[in-house]
Amino acid sequence: MTEVIVAASREEAVDAFGDGEGVTVVAGGTIVMPEITHGRLAPKRALLIGRAGLAGVRSENGRTVIGAGTTLADLEDAVEPLGTCARRVADLEIRGQATLGGNLCAPPGPEGPRGDLQAALLALDAEVRSTGAGGERTEPVADFLASGPEGRLVLDVSFAEPDAAATASVRRPHAHAYTVMRVCAARTGGELRVAVSGAGPQAVRSRAVEQSGDADRVLDDVSPHDDALASAWYRSKVLPVLVRRALDDLENR
Amino acid sequence: MRLTVNGVEHDVASPPLATLLHVLREELVVTSPKAGCQQGGCGACTVLVDGEPRRACLTAVAAVDGAEVTTVEGLGEPDALSPVQTAFHEHYAAQCGFCTSGFVMAAEALRTRSNGDLEREEIIEALSGHLCRCTGYVKIVDAVAAS
Repeated sequence: MTEVIVAASREEAVDAFGDGEGVTVVAGGTIVMPEITHGRLAPKRALLIGRAGLAGVRSENGRTVIGAGTTLADLEDAVEPLGTCARRVADLEIRGQATLGGNLCAPPGPEGPRGDLQAALLALDAEVRSTGAGGERTEPVADFLASGPEGRLVLDVSFAEPDAAATASVRRPHAHAYTVMRVCAARTGGELRVAVSGAGPQAVRSRAVEQSGDADRVLDDVSPHDDALASAWYRSKVLPVLVRRALDDLENR
Repeated sequence: MRLTVNGVEHDVASPPLATLLHVLREELVVTSPKAGCQQGGCGACTVLVDGEPRRACLTAVAAVDGAEVTTVEGLGEPDALSPVQTAFHEHYAAQCGFCTSGFVMAAEALRTRSNGDLEREEIIEALSGHLCRCTGYVKIVDAVAAS
Protein backbone atom coordinates (compact mmCIF):
# COMPACT_ATOMS: atom_id res chain seq x y z
CA MET A 1 0.00 0.00 0.00
CA THR A 2 1.38 3.36 -1.00
CA GLU A 3 1.69 6.06 1.62
CA VAL A 4 0.56 9.29 0.00
CA ILE A 5 1.52 12.69 1.37
CA VAL A 6 -0.04 15.85 -0.06
CA ALA A 7 2.29 18.64 1.02
CA ALA A 8 0.52 21.92 1.78
CA SER A 9 3.69 23.97 2.18
CA ARG A 10 7.34 23.99 1.23
CA GLU A 11 8.27 23.00 4.81
CA GLU A 12 5.91 20.04 4.72
CA ALA A 13 7.36 18.96 1.39
CA VAL A 14 10.95 19.20 2.66
CA ASP A 15 10.12 17.32 5.88
CA ALA A 16 8.19 14.59 4.10
CA PHE A 17 10.92 14.15 1.49
CA GLY A 18 13.61 13.70 4.14
CA ASP A 19 16.59 11.95 2.56
CA GLY A 20 14.43 10.89 -0.36
CA GLU A 21 14.74 7.17 0.41
CA GLY A 22 11.77 5.38 -1.20
CA VAL A 23 9.99 8.65 -2.05
CA THR A 24 8.40 9.20 -5.45
CA VAL A 25 7.73 12.87 -6.11
CA VAL A 26 4.60 13.72 -8.08
CA ALA A 27 4.38 17.32 -9.30
CA GLY A 28 2.57 17.77 -12.63
CA GLY A 29 2.37 14.00 -13.02
CA THR A 30 3.04 13.99 -16.75
CA ILE A 31 5.93 11.52 -16.48
CA VAL A 32 5.18 9.68 -13.23
CA MET A 33 1.44 9.08 -13.47
CA PRO A 34 1.52 6.84 -16.58
CA GLU A 35 4.23 4.78 -14.89
CA ILE A 36 1.96 4.25 -11.89
CA THR A 37 -1.22 3.71 -13.92
CA HIS A 38 0.38 1.10 -16.13
CA GLY A 39 1.97 -0.72 -13.18
CA ARG A 40 5.60 0.02 -14.06
CA LEU A 41 6.09 1.96 -10.83
CA ALA A 42 4.69 1.12 -7.40
CA PRO A 43 5.83 3.87 -5.01
CA LYS A 44 6.35 3.06 -1.33
CA ARG A 45 5.75 6.71 -0.51
CA ALA A 46 4.38 9.28 -2.92
CA LEU A 47 4.89 12.96 -2.20
CA LEU A 48 2.49 15.25 -4.06
CA ILE A 49 3.95 18.74 -4.26
CA GLY A 50 1.48 20.50 -6.56
CA ARG A 51 0.09 22.48 -3.63
CA ALA A 52 3.33 22.94 -1.71
CA GLY A 53 3.85 26.52 -2.79
CA LEU A 54 6.88 25.69 -4.91
CA ALA A 55 5.59 27.51 -7.99
CA GLY A 56 6.35 31.07 -9.02
CA VAL A 57 8.93 33.32 -10.63
CA ARG A 58 10.62 36.13 -8.73
CA SER A 59 13.68 38.36 -8.83
CA GLU A 60 16.24 38.14 -6.06
CA ASN A 61 19.58 39.96 -5.93
CA GLY A 62 19.56 40.52 -9.67
CA ARG A 63 18.80 36.89 -10.44
CA THR A 64 15.62 35.26 -11.69
CA VAL A 65 14.45 32.54 -9.31
CA ILE A 66 11.95 30.00 -10.63
CA GLY A 67 10.22 27.63 -8.24
CA ALA A 68 10.46 23.95 -9.11
CA GLY A 69 6.68 23.65 -9.25
CA THR A 70 6.31 26.38 -11.88
CA THR A 71 4.52 25.00 -14.91
CA LEU A 72 6.01 25.15 -18.37
CA ALA A 73 2.99 27.22 -19.42
CA ASP A 74 4.14 29.86 -16.96
CA LEU A 75 7.63 29.81 -18.52
CA GLU A 76 6.54 30.46 -22.08
CA ASP A 77 7.47 34.14 -21.76
CA ALA A 78 10.58 33.51 -19.68
CA VAL A 79 13.98 34.90 -20.64
CA GLU A 80 15.47 33.34 -23.77
CA PRO A 81 16.37 30.64 -24.57
CA LEU A 82 14.22 29.21 -21.75
CA GLY A 83 10.99 30.71 -23.09
CA THR A 84 11.35 29.18 -26.54
CA CYS A 85 12.22 25.78 -25.06
CA ALA A 86 9.14 25.89 -22.82
CA ARG A 87 6.84 26.93 -25.67
CA ARG A 88 7.96 23.99 -27.78
CA VAL A 89 7.19 21.31 -25.21
CA ALA A 90 4.20 19.10 -26.09
CA ASP A 91 0.84 20.92 -26.12
CA LEU A 92 -0.76 23.58 -23.96
CA GLU A 93 -2.55 21.13 -21.67
CA ILE A 94 0.66 19.24 -20.94
CA ARG A 95 2.51 22.53 -20.48
CA GLY A 96 -0.17 23.51 -17.97
CA GLN A 97 0.67 20.48 -15.84
CA ALA A 98 4.37 19.75 -16.44
CA THR A 99 6.82 21.54 -14.15
CA LEU A 100 10.34 22.93 -14.32
CA GLY A 101 11.47 20.53 -11.57
CA GLY A 102 10.05 17.54 -13.37
CA ASN A 103 11.74 18.55 -16.60
CA LEU A 104 15.08 18.90 -14.82
CA CYS A 105 14.71 15.49 -13.16
CA ALA A 106 13.26 13.71 -16.21
CA PRO A 107 14.95 10.41 -16.93
CA PRO A 108 15.61 9.57 -20.57
CA GLY A 109 12.38 8.23 -22.08
CA PRO A 110 12.05 4.79 -23.66
CA GLU A 111 11.91 6.25 -27.16
CA GLY A 112 13.79 9.50 -26.98
CA PRO A 113 15.44 12.09 -24.81
CA ARG A 114 13.38 14.15 -22.36
CA GLY A 115 14.22 17.27 -20.44
CA ASP A 116 13.74 19.86 -23.17
CA LEU A 117 14.65 22.75 -20.81
CA GLN A 118 18.00 21.37 -19.72
CA ALA A 119 20.10 22.89 -22.50
CA ALA A 120 18.55 26.31 -21.86
CA LEU A 121 19.37 26.07 -18.16
CA LEU A 122 22.96 25.04 -18.97
CA ALA A 123 23.36 27.94 -21.38
CA LEU A 124 22.00 30.31 -18.71
CA ASP A 125 24.54 28.96 -16.19
CA ALA A 126 21.63 28.22 -13.85
CA GLU A 127 22.00 27.03 -10.28
CA VAL A 128 19.75 24.39 -8.77
CA ARG A 129 18.68 24.49 -5.13
CA SER A 130 17.58 21.12 -3.81
CA THR A 131 17.06 19.31 -0.55
CA GLY A 132 17.70 15.73 0.50
CA ALA A 133 20.34 13.82 2.45
CA GLY A 134 22.67 16.38 4.05
CA GLY A 135 20.07 19.13 3.77
CA GLU A 136 19.74 21.94 1.31
CA ARG A 137 22.40 22.60 -1.33
CA THR A 138 22.84 24.85 -4.31
CA GLU A 139 24.94 23.74 -7.25
CA PRO A 140 25.44 24.45 -10.96
CA VAL A 141 22.85 22.73 -13.12
CA ALA A 142 25.64 20.77 -14.85
CA ASP A 143 26.64 19.22 -11.51
CA PHE A 144 23.02 18.46 -10.67
CA LEU A 145 22.53 16.71 -14.00
CA ALA A 146 25.79 14.82 -13.61
CA SER A 147 24.96 13.44 -10.16
CA GLY A 148 21.31 12.84 -11.05
CA PRO A 149 18.07 13.66 -9.28
CA GLU A 150 18.01 10.53 -7.11
CA GLY A 151 17.53 11.49 -3.48
CA ARG A 152 17.05 15.19 -4.26
CA LEU A 153 13.92 17.34 -4.20
CA VAL A 154 14.43 20.38 -6.42
CA LEU A 155 13.23 23.58 -4.76
CA ASP A 156 14.12 26.22 -7.30
CA VAL A 157 16.41 27.21 -10.15
CA SER A 158 18.07 30.60 -10.51
CA PHE A 159 20.12 32.43 -13.11
CA ALA A 160 21.23 35.89 -14.17
CA GLU A 161 19.78 37.22 -17.39
CA PRO A 162 22.30 36.86 -20.22
CA ASP A 163 23.31 39.75 -22.47
CA ALA A 164 22.12 37.79 -25.49
CA ALA A 165 20.77 34.33 -26.20
CA ALA A 166 19.78 32.20 -29.17
CA THR A 167 18.56 28.70 -29.89
CA ALA A 168 18.11 26.38 -32.84
CA SER A 169 16.44 23.00 -33.08
CA VAL A 170 15.38 20.29 -35.45
CA ARG A 171 11.88 21.25 -36.47
CA ARG A 172 9.47 19.10 -34.51
CA PRO A 173 6.64 17.88 -36.71
CA HIS A 174 4.12 17.04 -34.04
CA ALA A 175 3.07 18.18 -30.59
CA HIS A 176 3.52 14.72 -29.13
CA ALA A 177 7.19 14.14 -29.91
CA TYR A 178 10.09 15.22 -27.76
CA THR A 179 12.46 17.69 -29.36
CA VAL A 180 14.88 15.71 -31.51
CA MET A 181 17.83 18.02 -30.83
CA ARG A 182 18.24 21.57 -29.63
CA VAL A 183 21.21 23.89 -29.22
CA CYS A 184 21.06 26.81 -26.81
CA ALA A 185 23.67 29.56 -26.69
CA ALA A 186 24.00 32.53 -24.37
CA ARG A 187 26.57 35.27 -23.90
CA THR A 188 27.09 37.02 -20.59
CA GLY A 189 29.87 39.55 -20.07
CA GLY A 190 31.85 38.21 -23.00
CA GLU A 191 31.54 34.59 -21.90
CA LEU A 192 29.88 32.23 -24.36
CA ARG A 193 27.98 29.17 -23.17
CA VAL A 194 26.67 26.52 -25.56
CA ALA A 195 24.62 23.46 -24.63
CA VAL A 196 22.94 20.65 -26.50
CA SER A 197 19.88 18.62 -25.59
CA GLY A 198 18.61 15.57 -27.42
CA ALA A 199 22.00 14.13 -28.25
CA GLY A 200 22.37 11.93 -25.19
CA PRO A 201 20.54 10.93 -22.04
CA GLN A 202 20.90 14.47 -20.67
CA ALA A 203 21.83 17.88 -21.98
CA VAL A 204 25.55 18.70 -22.07
CA ARG A 205 27.70 21.78 -22.53
CA SER A 206 30.05 21.98 -25.45
CA ARG A 207 33.20 23.58 -24.11
CA ALA A 208 34.99 22.88 -27.40
CA VAL A 209 32.55 25.17 -29.23
CA GLU A 210 32.64 27.75 -26.45
CA GLN A 211 36.42 27.99 -26.63
CA SER A 212 36.89 27.75 -30.40
CA GLY A 213 33.69 29.26 -31.78
CA ASP A 214 33.86 26.41 -34.33
CA ALA A 215 30.48 24.70 -34.70
CA ASP A 216 32.00 21.46 -36.01
CA ARG A 217 33.86 21.00 -32.73
CA VAL A 218 30.55 20.19 -31.01
CA LEU A 219 31.19 16.54 -31.83
CA ASP A 220 34.24 16.70 -29.52
CA ASP A 221 31.83 16.94 -26.58
CA VAL A 222 28.78 15.06 -27.81
CA SER A 223 28.46 11.48 -29.01
CA PRO A 224 25.11 11.29 -30.79
CA HIS A 225 23.05 8.17 -30.27
CA ASP A 226 20.37 6.20 -32.10
CA ASP A 227 16.83 6.24 -30.83
CA ALA A 228 13.28 6.19 -32.17
CA LEU A 229 13.44 9.88 -33.11
CA ALA A 230 16.66 9.94 -35.14
CA SER A 231 19.79 7.97 -35.95
CA ALA A 232 23.23 8.79 -34.59
CA TRP A 233 24.35 9.46 -38.19
CA TYR A 234 21.56 12.02 -38.70
CA ARG A 235 22.29 13.67 -35.39
CA SER A 236 26.01 13.92 -36.13
CA LYS A 237 25.29 15.60 -39.48
CA VAL A 238 22.65 18.02 -38.19
CA LEU A 239 24.09 19.00 -34.83
CA PRO A 240 26.95 21.19 -36.19
CA VAL A 241 24.39 22.94 -38.42
CA LEU A 242 22.22 23.73 -35.41
CA VAL A 243 25.24 25.02 -33.50
CA ARG A 244 26.17 27.25 -36.44
CA ARG A 245 22.64 28.62 -36.66
CA ALA A 246 22.50 29.35 -32.94
CA LEU A 247 25.91 31.07 -33.01
CA ASP A 248 24.99 33.12 -36.09
CA ASP A 249 21.74 34.14 -34.45
CA LEU A 250 23.60 35.07 -31.26
CA GLU A 251 26.06 37.13 -33.28
CA ASN A 252 23.23 39.22 -34.71
CA ARG A 253 21.64 40.03 -31.36
CA MET B 1 -11.40 13.41 -0.70
CA ARG B 2 -14.07 15.44 -2.40
CA LEU B 3 -14.68 16.60 -5.95
CA THR B 4 -17.33 18.85 -7.39
CA VAL B 5 -18.15 17.40 -10.80
CA ASN B 6 -20.44 19.42 -13.04
CA GLY B 7 -21.75 21.28 -10.01
CA VAL B 8 -22.47 18.18 -7.91
CA GLU B 9 -20.29 17.46 -4.89
CA HIS B 10 -19.05 13.90 -4.42
CA ASP B 11 -17.07 12.04 -1.79
CA VAL B 12 -14.31 10.05 -3.45
CA ALA B 13 -13.29 6.63 -2.14
CA SER B 14 -10.72 5.66 -4.80
CA PRO B 15 -7.05 5.45 -3.73
CA PRO B 16 -5.29 8.85 -3.70
CA LEU B 17 -3.01 7.97 -6.61
CA ALA B 18 -5.92 6.83 -8.78
CA THR B 19 -6.17 9.07 -11.79
CA LEU B 20 -8.93 11.63 -12.06
CA LEU B 21 -9.94 9.74 -15.21
CA HIS B 22 -10.41 6.52 -13.26
CA VAL B 23 -12.43 8.29 -10.56
CA LEU B 24 -14.68 10.00 -13.09
CA ARG B 25 -15.35 6.94 -15.20
CA GLU B 26 -15.26 4.05 -12.74
CA GLU B 27 -16.36 5.56 -9.43
CA LEU B 28 -18.64 8.46 -10.43
CA VAL B 29 -19.74 6.97 -13.80
CA VAL B 30 -19.08 10.18 -15.69
CA THR B 31 -18.02 8.60 -18.96
CA SER B 32 -17.49 11.40 -21.47
CA PRO B 33 -13.74 11.59 -20.66
CA LYS B 34 -12.33 8.65 -22.63
CA ALA B 35 -9.55 6.32 -21.60
CA GLY B 36 -7.41 6.48 -24.74
CA CYS B 37 -3.64 6.22 -24.45
CA GLN B 38 -3.67 6.89 -20.70
CA GLN B 39 -0.26 8.50 -20.94
CA GLY B 40 -1.14 12.06 -21.87
CA GLY B 41 -0.68 11.75 -25.61
CA CYS B 42 -4.15 11.58 -27.14
CA GLY B 43 -6.23 14.23 -25.35
CA ALA B 44 -9.40 12.12 -25.16
CA CYS B 45 -9.58 12.43 -21.35
CA THR B 46 -9.31 16.24 -21.26
CA VAL B 47 -11.56 17.88 -18.66
CA LEU B 48 -11.59 21.29 -17.00
CA VAL B 49 -10.12 21.39 -13.49
CA ASP B 50 -11.01 24.70 -11.86
CA GLY B 51 -11.57 25.99 -15.38
CA GLU B 52 -8.22 24.89 -16.84
CA PRO B 53 -7.98 22.11 -19.43
CA ARG B 54 -6.17 19.14 -17.92
CA ARG B 55 -5.41 15.55 -18.83
CA ALA B 56 -7.48 13.49 -16.38
CA CYS B 57 -5.21 10.48 -17.05
CA LEU B 58 -2.14 12.37 -15.77
CA THR B 59 -3.82 13.79 -12.68
CA ALA B 60 -3.73 11.98 -9.35
CA VAL B 61 -7.08 12.53 -7.67
CA ALA B 62 -5.39 13.52 -4.40
CA ALA B 63 -3.67 16.35 -6.27
CA VAL B 64 -7.04 17.92 -7.12
CA ASP B 65 -8.91 17.17 -3.88
CA GLY B 66 -11.64 19.80 -3.52
CA ALA B 67 -11.45 20.95 -7.13
CA GLU B 68 -14.30 21.76 -9.49
CA VAL B 69 -14.27 19.47 -12.50
CA THR B 70 -16.25 20.10 -15.66
CA THR B 71 -16.86 17.46 -18.31
CA VAL B 72 -19.05 17.39 -21.42
CA GLU B 73 -21.95 16.29 -19.21
CA GLY B 74 -21.75 19.69 -17.51
CA LEU B 75 -21.88 21.82 -20.65
CA GLY B 76 -25.36 21.66 -22.15
CA GLU B 77 -28.52 19.60 -22.41
CA PRO B 78 -29.50 17.63 -25.52
CA ASP B 79 -32.00 20.35 -26.45
CA ALA B 80 -29.81 23.23 -25.28
CA LEU B 81 -26.25 22.52 -26.37
CA SER B 82 -23.37 24.88 -25.57
CA PRO B 83 -22.13 27.03 -28.49
CA VAL B 84 -19.14 24.72 -28.96
CA GLN B 85 -21.34 21.61 -28.93
CA THR B 86 -23.76 23.25 -31.36
CA ALA B 87 -20.90 24.09 -33.72
CA PHE B 88 -19.56 20.51 -33.56
CA HIS B 89 -23.07 19.26 -34.40
CA GLU B 90 -23.65 21.69 -37.24
CA HIS B 91 -20.23 21.21 -38.80
CA TYR B 92 -20.20 17.40 -38.65
CA ALA B 93 -17.14 17.54 -36.40
CA ALA B 94 -17.48 13.99 -35.07
CA GLN B 95 -16.97 10.70 -36.82
CA CYS B 96 -16.52 7.76 -34.44
CA GLY B 97 -16.81 10.24 -31.56
CA PHE B 98 -14.10 8.81 -29.32
CA CYS B 99 -11.96 11.96 -29.37
CA THR B 100 -14.89 14.38 -29.41
CA SER B 101 -15.21 14.95 -25.67
CA GLY B 102 -11.57 15.94 -25.40
CA PHE B 103 -11.76 18.26 -28.41
CA VAL B 104 -14.96 19.85 -27.08
CA MET B 105 -13.44 20.53 -23.64
CA ALA B 106 -10.26 21.95 -25.20
CA ALA B 107 -12.42 24.14 -27.44
CA GLU B 108 -14.50 25.29 -24.46
CA ALA B 109 -11.30 26.34 -22.69
CA LEU B 110 -10.06 28.09 -25.84
CA ARG B 111 -13.36 29.97 -26.17
CA THR B 112 -13.17 31.03 -22.53
CA ARG B 113 -9.66 32.39 -23.11
CA SER B 114 -10.50 34.17 -26.37
CA ASN B 115 -13.98 35.16 -27.36
CA GLY B 116 -13.44 36.82 -30.71
CA ASP B 117 -12.48 35.50 -34.10
CA LEU B 118 -9.61 33.06 -34.03
CA GLU B 119 -7.10 32.39 -36.77
CA ARG B 120 -7.09 28.76 -37.91
CA GLU B 121 -3.45 28.53 -36.81
CA GLU B 122 -4.43 29.56 -33.27
CA ILE B 123 -7.11 26.88 -33.18
CA ILE B 124 -4.78 24.23 -34.54
CA GLU B 125 -2.15 25.17 -31.96
CA ALA B 126 -4.70 25.03 -29.12
CA LEU B 127 -5.94 21.61 -30.23
CA SER B 128 -2.54 20.19 -31.11
CA GLY B 129 -2.49 17.78 -28.19
CA HIS B 130 -5.61 16.01 -29.43
CA LEU B 131 -5.68 13.07 -31.79
CA CYS B 132 -8.56 12.13 -34.08
CA ARG B 133 -7.82 8.71 -35.51
CA CYS B 134 -10.64 9.17 -38.03
CA THR B 135 -8.53 12.17 -39.15
CA GLY B 136 -11.53 14.48 -39.13
CA TYR B 137 -9.45 17.52 -38.22
CA VAL B 138 -10.72 19.91 -40.90
CA LYS B 139 -14.32 19.68 -39.68
CA ILE B 140 -13.23 20.00 -36.07
CA VAL B 141 -11.26 23.18 -36.77
CA ASP B 142 -14.20 24.50 -38.84
CA ALA B 143 -16.50 23.90 -35.86
CA VAL B 144 -14.26 25.63 -33.37
CA ALA B 145 -13.81 28.58 -35.72
CA ALA B 146 -17.60 28.89 -35.99
CA SER B 147 -18.32 28.40 -32.28
